[in-house]
Amino acid sequence: MPLTVKDLMKMEGAYLPGSAACPGCGLSLSFRIASRVLGKNTVYVVPACCFSVVQSPMPLTSIKAPLLNIAFAAAAAAASGIKRAYETLNKDINVVVWAGDGGTADIGLQALSGAAERNENIIYVCYDNEAYMNTGIQRSGATPRGAWTRTTLKGKEEPKKNVPMIVAAHKAPYVATASVGYPFDLIRKFEKALSIKGFRYIHLLSPCPPGWGIDSSTTVEIAKLATDTYFFPLYEVENGKLRITVKPPKRRPLKDYLSVQGRFRHLSDEEIERMEKEAINWWNHLLEMEKMESIL
Amino acid sequence: MKGTWELINANEAAAHAARLARVKVIPIYPITPQTMIVEVIEEFIVKGMMNAEYMRVESEHSAMAAAIGASSAGVRTFTATASQGLLYMHEVLHWAAGSRLPIGMAVVNRAVGPPWNIHADHQDAISQRDTGWMEFFVSSSQEALDSILIMYKVAENSKVLLPFMVCMDAFILSHTHMPVNIPDQEDVDSFLPEYRPPHWSLDPDNPVDMGNLTMPEEEYMEMRWSIERGMKNAREVFRETSDEFYRIFGRRYGMVHSYKVEDAEHIIVTSGTLASEAEVAVDNMRRNGRKVGLLKISLFRPFPQEETRTILSKARTLTVIDRSYSFGYGGPLAMEIRSVLYDLDERPKLVSYVAGLGGRDVTYKDIEKMVLHSEKEKGKRMVTYWYGLKERIRSSGFEEVI
Ligand code: SF4
Repeated sequence: MPLTVKDLMKMEGAYLPGSAACPGCGLSLSFRIASRVLGKNTVYVVPACCFSVVQSPMPLTSIKAPLLNIAFAAAAAAASGIKRAYETLNKDINVVVWAGDGGTADIGLQALSGAAERNENIIYVCYDNEAYMNTGIQRSGATPRGAWTRTTLKGKEEPKKNVPMIVAAHKAPYVATASVGYPFDLIRKFEKALSIKGFRYIHLLSPCPPGWGIDSSTTVEIAKLATDTYFFPLYEVENGKLRITVKPPKRRPLKDYLSVQGRFRHLSDEEIERMEKEAINWWNHLLEMEKMESIL
Repeated sequence: MKGTWELINANEAAAHAARLARVKVIPIYPITPQTMIVEVIEEFIVKGMMNAEYMRVESEHSAMAAAIGASSAGVRTFTATASQGLLYMHEVLHWAAGSRLPIGMAVVNRAVGPPWNIHADHQDAISQRDTGWMEFFVSSSQEALDSILIMYKVAENSKVLLPFMVCMDAFILSHTHMPVNIPDQEDVDSFLPEYRPPHWSLDPDNPVDMGNLTMPEEEYMEMRWSIERGMKNAREVFRETSDEFYRIFGRRYGMVHSYKVEDAEHIIVTSGTLASEAEVAVDNMRRNGRKVGLLKISLFRPFPQEETRTILSKARTLTVIDRSYSFGYGGPLAMEIRSVLYDLDERPKLVSYVAGLGGRDVTYKDIEKMVLHSEKEKGKRMVTYWYGLKERIRSSGFEEVI
């Protein structure tokens, strides 16, 4: 039976009120939901990212769960070590990395790749706000083409690094994209991740009001638009089998998504057209892959 | 004596120590000349002589991060590295000590690049001086094995709770076979019981948030101070622990090791295998009527200030030999010794040398030459003499080159 909002309300999460997150933060929203699904028997590992601050300064914390903060590049490795130690103690505890896109796509990619290749029995969540937001909005490997950041004042020239597909190429048993725009899809993916053994990777789109130049009341709406415009498709790859989990009945024009965000405001129509083409191409590619027995 | 005798090198001795310590998680990454340690451990596990999670990680940075994770989950953890590998760990070494995790590590001391050089040199470990790790330098395979067991017990003591590295010279120790007494498991078990974290661990029943952001007026400075408390306590805990080790195993280790210093007018101060070579020099020079002694610094962090001062204050001249260098100043060991002596009203003359970098051979004859040179030297100069450079450089008139 799929979970309902009522079920979710009854479940205890690890996120306490009074955190230091900005209003409308996609990371907080997704952690609040996911920690309920992950449950009490869970330990978190967090590298440098907004979440290091969102926990609130010591001696306070807004996280009601065991949590290890660790150096920027080290999250996947530290989590692997924790899980292996629990194995020697015969303790069955979920070990979950909660990392930003910088700590995942850039500085932490090596450790992530190592852990995926070794098929460590952990869940790695990348909450992707598409730039280094904690340091004040600088581009990362996960920043999409065209986006303004303080280190790409004219818009980023290069495309977004496709981390979920990189992880899938390691033949990880479970890889998924998810978004706060589709919370029940997100919940199902965490439930599924929990039911699988080995390396599980969830790439979460997490809108960031100050970094994206959006109103804090529009987080969910904009996250939803990302999927409805094919800009951030929601899919999962389970043992090589790809499935698109959210198929918008009608694709919305990419302009609807880009024009409401400050970071894309400078884009010309030609640039938007080019980005739209890229998005549709990727969507068609996913449709092709969905037909395959296995994409790996 | 109990235990069994085997002809092994220091790499194998370190692997035996990890086995006897019943280490539970071992993240490994190969690097010459350490690799044999982790290969032997793999062999122990495959043969069923050891029960541990063996993690073949993709870098030294991840090896130390995984060790931090495992130790945070509450189990005894071991890894080994050398040279570039240790440098690559630097960031996470700080993290391990700051999280107060008693992780154990064997460091096979090797030169750092460029140029590539795989031979003995202490620059790797000396460059980690301020990370909050205890550093113990050995000069035999037996000492490598024994000190890993001793240091686990020191590290896990509730008054200490800091990580440690046991440092051994590349090839001279790592690949040289010596007779080693391998203790019986039951004796080690009674000396070193299972690790149970007395301070914190990652446990859903008792959640702790470790390492989150701290404002200047909150706990940051207090946590740094607590590392220093641990270091301070480690000296006393080391004394007690090494006494206990002696009672069970019959071998005694100090924070320093002195040789013929009682009546010595001239004391050589050094560490690692240079100290073994210096013992030969001492004997030789004593045969010629010179009252020479040796002080080997085993524990470099925490530094045994009192022991060093007591022994050295009686000498007239000190020859301090470093196998690493602090650019822009001088020999790191000489800097420590100078500052240890500062409070004395009458200080011996101290002459500082750097020798044997990148594995360049240093024999007892070289050490004798340094002793004779420091006899003639006026002292009170902040020079560190570079010993053993090529003739081309020696003849070009630099004052610090001999
Ligand atoms: S900067 Fe963005 S990601 Fe970071 S806490 Fe604020 S809203 Fe969340």
